[in-house]
Amino acid sequence: MVLGLAAAAGVLYAIPAVDQIREASIIKVAPNGGNSEMFHINVPMDRIMLGDAAQAGAVPPGLQWPADEILADVRAELFKIRNARDAVVGVAVRTAATAKESNVIDWVLHLPARGSLFINMDVASLEGGFRIGEIASGSREFRPLTGFMTERWVASDSIEEGAPSGRIELSATYVSQLAPSETVETVE
Amino acid sequence: MKYAVSLLLGLVLGAALFVAGLLYNPFVADRGLSPLAVTNAEVITLSFANIPVESIVYTNDGESMQAPYPEKVLQLWEAPIRSTSAMATVMRDARNQVAGIGVKFSSDSESTRLLTGEAIVDSVWYVYLPEHGSLFIEQTENYFPFVREVAFPAWRSSASSWRGNWLGNLTAGPGALGTAAVTGGSGRVKGLKMEGVESMSVRAFSAETGLVSSEGRLLIEMPENPGGME
Repeated sequence: MVLGLAAAAGVLYAIPAVDQIREASIIKVAPNGGNSEMFHINVPMDRIMLGDAAQAGAVPPGLQWPADEILADVRAELFKIRNARDAVVGVAVRTAATAKESNVIDWVLHLPARGSLFINMDVASLEGGFRIGEIASGSREFRPLTGFMTERWVASDSIEEGAPSGRIELSATYVSQLAPSETVETVE
Repeated sequence: MKYAVSLLLGLVLGAALFVAGLLYNPFVADRGLSPLAVTNAEVITLSFANIPVESIVYTNDGESMQAPYPEKVLQLWEAPIRSTSAMATVMRDARNQVAGIGVKFSSDSESTRLLTGEAIVDSVWYVYLPEHGSLFIEQTENYFPFVREVAFPAWRSSASSWRGNWLGNLTAGPGALGTAAVTGGSGRVKGLKMEGVESMSVRAFSAETGLVSSEGRLLIEMPENPGGME
């Protein structure tokens, strides 16, 4: 019986209850400092949800978007996100809303083995079809990082059957926050 | 032969005793009162349906206890996201009026330690409230009290179900007092750093299909001096 107790405790201690599968990160050093990482979303195959008041082209079939007036100008999309090797590494939500004071476009990227990023995009798009936004917050691995992310729609010119109609490219640039240096004690 | 049988029975009995000890360990207690329950600051109270069929969309790997909703939603079957679920749901205010929309991503956490009563889930919320702005909520949740007091009794019951009234805080960090870290992204909460707590009330649970009757709640404490915040 004691052996059983010890074996059960040993198994729980030695074998991790959860072991998240990690895709190796593909990170490049940015020319002006920081690190950059590319993600993309193949549309429409990576779209989990598309919800808005218009209900035109709602995804998935059977989606019931709330009819309340307060959500009339809100559009939310859920996606799977892929790394540069085209492997699915996480999920994301993009929300676009027309508000009284200012319009809102937000992204949250969730990478289960690493953490999450919250990005507020500038609503106005830049030359070349880019939109840029600041990393407002992050969790776990991304908590100490600041930086920005760009989004861009790239239409596909493939004529193959089943090919994506295009992709959303997300390019994140991370910069570590400056931490105060440790106080050095002077020796007299 | 009789020694081998005795050894085997002893092993099984020992393992069973250990599991019972884990589940009924008096040193693994609930966190009790939420630290935000006694605050004087303004609090945003949001409630939401956390049963898949009452949400807008719920998806996971398609093989878990809770079935994805609607039926044809894309499932998260790829290896790196297989232990993750995603839910979009309507957020209601304290008067039960629709206040906005919330999206929650939850992933089983590698910091789970069943020996110490920690069944941890890493989760983030994105909440958009047209009257307040957007919020990002980062938290670790501990489902061990829920497993011990609801899921295990349901599994043990002959009907594979549990009925009752269970209310518990799920948030266990990253704040020192067991609170979630909340960041305002737009609107009147833009740039604010806040704290939050997620709780869940359960009235019925099935060991086969998961939550049957349940509601979730998010409390977000606004800073007392927003002007002084970054």
